[in-house]
Amino acid sequence: MPKPILTIKNLTKTYGQNVIFQNLDLTVNEGDTIVIIGPSGTGKSTLLRCVNLLTRPNEGQIWLDDLEITAKGTDEDQVRQHIGMVFQNFLLFNHLTALGNVKLGLTRVKHLSDEEATEKALHELSRVGLADRADHYPGQLSGGQQQRVGIARALAMDPRVMLFDEPTSALDPELIGEVLEVMRKLALDGMTMLVVTHEMGFAREVADRIVFMEKGYIVEEGSPDEMFNHPKFDRTREFLWKITELYGKKEKEAE
Amino acid sequence: MLTWLGYFERFGKNFLRGAGVTLELTAVGLAIGFVLGLMLALARSYGPKWLQRAAAAYIAVFRGTPLLVQLFIIYYGLPELGIAFSQNVAAYLALGLNSAAYQAEYLRGSINAIGAAQMEAGRSIGLSKWQAIGYVILPQALRLALPSWSNEPISLLKTTAIVFLIAVQDLMAEGKRAATTTFDFVGIYLAVAVVYLVMVFALDALLKFLERKTKIPGMDIETRR
Repeated sequence: MPKPILTIKNLTKTYGQNVIFQNLDLTVNEGDTIVIIGPSGTGKSTLLRCVNLLTRPNEGQIWLDDLEITAKGTDEDQVRQHIGMVFQNFLLFNHLTALGNVKLGLTRVKHLSDEEATEKALHELSRVGLADRADHYPGQLSGGQQQRVGIARALAMDPRVMLFDEPTSALDPELIGEVLEVMRKLALDGMTMLVVTHEMGFAREVADRIVFMEKGYIVEEGSPDEMFNHPKFDRTREFLWKITELYGKKEKEAE
Repeated sequence: MLTWLGYFERFGKNFLRGAGVTLELTAVGLAIGFVLGLMLALARSYGPKWLQRAAAAYIAVFRGTPLLVQLFIIYYGLPELGIAFSQNVAAYLALGLNSAAYQAEYLRGSINAIGAAQMEAGRSIGLSKWQAIGYVILPQALRLALPSWSNEPISLLKTTAIVFLIAVQDLMAEGKRAATTTFDFVGIYLAVAVVYLVMVFALDALLKFLERKTKIPGMDIETRR
């Protein structure tokens, strides 16, 4: 029996009259990699932001393990410690080195000693292949390296689940591969991941399930094989074909 | 020319004593202004609505009225309400309260420039709002503000000259006394101007040094956009 880590029920988010998504249900089981795809403006990023409580949903519930994190009076800071977030624009702390970026949460949130934090941070940096860049500032790193530091920063908190919000969309094509490689390895290591991306190669190869969202609804979800080879809806086929044409090539060129 | 240089010999001690007071006024005013200005900037960016409005009102009032009027209200006006200060304390307060309004605006600009995204990145690893402000926003915002903020110490140093009007014995007051002794107003005030200029140059060098010292490699590229 798979153990759900993240359970989303009836989630609705609106901005005034503008409905971002409505009555959304989604379950992420332990060790699963779920890839959310869909046209832009569909609410994929907003969904991730709701899970991380950076945005409050209007209705519905989200559980992290057995804890309803959308309940009133939830300690948001406590919840976010257990949910890693990787941003489209990296959002590293520009005044800190790669090491400092990974250490900040360890010393200030987890209250590790400086020594323990350094050791743990170096370990996380080597997981993303950047131990030798520990003393570089974000401004001295390439986009791909910055994003890998972003991943290490989130990993250092030992999260239950990692959220990726279009982690490669801001990268030059030749830098996408190194970030996807790190994500692939994470998935193989059994990390639970919820990924919004247009990288169809990654989705096809790594995802346990692909979720196709459009206009605030989940149109269809299934295994990569079902989604790519026998989608139930024409709309899914159409979108996958278009996006593979657009982005699939880019990744191949990069590799 | 020789008589003019002679002023430095004749009044050198007085000028130095006055310059010391001027520097003290600058330092204390700047410090009060920085602490209060930072609180005002944070209140405007992160405070509840009423506090944002209160901070905005403070800034509008202190930037919108002459410093001299503020100084006279504090020194001559407040004693009528039973709150009396010595000349020096009145000068510290007026300079500090006034400078706070300007410093708040420098800091607020850069806090806003660092932006909500960095705040979210901080929150995403479990930092509380105030931890994120302290460990993520301010270290970047203060660096970003430094070049434009550097105007404030220099401007404040020169502004302190008005406090001779409430008989604080600063460089300007010493100059005025020397001028009434010699009746060479041009020569004495030129000498005083030179002393101010030297202090401004030294302060400017110090600020440039501070800017170099706190520079983060690559961060200027990041923030120049």
